[in-house]
Amino acid sequence: MHKYPVPDILDVCIEAGQVMLENGAETYRVEDTVYRIAKSYNLIYINVFVVPTALILTVQGEDGLDHTELLRMTDRQTNLEKVSMVNDLSRLLAQRALPPAKVKQKLANIRNTPRNFSEWQSNFAIALACGGFPLLFGGGYYDMLPAFIAGGLGHILYQKVNNLTNVSFFAEMVASFFIGLIAVLLTGLGLGEDVNMIIIGSVMSLVPGMAITNSLRDLMAGHLLSGVAVLAKALLTAGAIGIGIAIVLTFI
Amino acid sequence: MDLSYFSYFAVALIATFGFGVLYNVPTRTLFASSISGAIGWIVYFFLSFQLELDLFIGVGVAAFLVAFFSQWYARHFRMPVIVFAIPGIIPLVPGGSAYNMMRAFIEGQSDTALMFATETFLISGAIALGLSVNSGLFQVFSNRAFEKREKRYLP
Repeated sequence: MHKYPVPDILDVCIEAGQVMLENGAETYRVEDTVYRIAKSYNLIYINVFVVPTALILTVQGEDGLDHTELLRMTDRQTNLEKVSMVNDLSRLLAQRALPPAKVKQKLANIRNTPRNFSEWQSNFAIALACGGFPLLFGGGYYDMLPAFIAGGLGHILYQKVNNLTNVSFFAEMVASFFIGLIAVLLTGLGLGEDVNMIIIGSVMSLVPGMAITNSLRDLMAGHLLSGVAVLAKALLTAGAIGIGIAIVLTFI
Repeated sequence: MDLSYFSYFAVALIATFGFGVLYNVPTRTLFASSISGAIGWIVYFFLSFQLELDLFIGVGVAAFLVAFFSQWYARHFRMPVIVFAIPGIIPLVPGGSAYNMMRAFIEGQSDTALMFATETFLISGAIALGLSVNSGLFQVFSNRAFEKREKRYLP
């Protein structure tokens, strides 16, 4: 088997981990994938440590020297297609170790893959989903149209503000404030019956239910640091939404 | 309230589909994960509201079922399980309880808030438990030999 320089292999491992982590893979999956990729290049004493904001990898090459690389993560989004593509790549590498330069090329291709849907399509889809939630939470058919409108507009506003300020707490607060405002206005106009149901449906695109579930999964898997970190983020988000809605509801 | 199972199914399907689009699930698996999400929600509704079992049991069984579907899809489409599991559990996620909790806290009703907080964490715990138990079972009963297996991380 051909030998490659250890720093090159580390670059490949770290970059694969980065693509997975910034697109919403769970920490244990990132650790697992990075471990497997490093293993497929015949490195020994592989130690991977992943938390939502950082990735550390230490390996020993066949020359007996230790190598470490640290990556600091800042922004995260959810793009499951890229996670799936990196997963396929790691399976490919497990069968046959490709040259690191080639793997880097493949990773760059994965990074540049465009999203499947345009921004408007995904906004429309999320608005439809928000329109459905009042029914699932025990509301009536009358609450679906206002939740559709408020949820869609709220999500668009959230993205705009988040791009401008990069502080998600503020963006969530502003978006939920406007969702509350729209919901109250629409019920005042006679569209929709129960303000609470409309608001719950509309804020579902912001509510951190997913994050709470994922943090409990991390905690159960023994990833205590990431579990607690994700939980703290989720509680902050819930607080932002609560404040935004409460501002509206105190004035009616 | 007289709502048929059919409209619930359709709404849960649309909700899962919408979040699948937001999370950029691969196009050819979008419909499959929507179906599993909708079936999971119907099972939850049937257990918790028709048979009036505890929320914890209803959500746990539904999450287990969603995870089971996801494992099957993952083998069928050759993709990681989370591509199917994350959109699939969206209708079960305790968004309503989390919202009510935060709102009650901010309005000063601490008792109500604590009640909703317990509910939120119980439901999230049930979802996490359903997924974990399922993947644990799949790893124990997977047809690969025990000794040959590499180090694995249990979710």
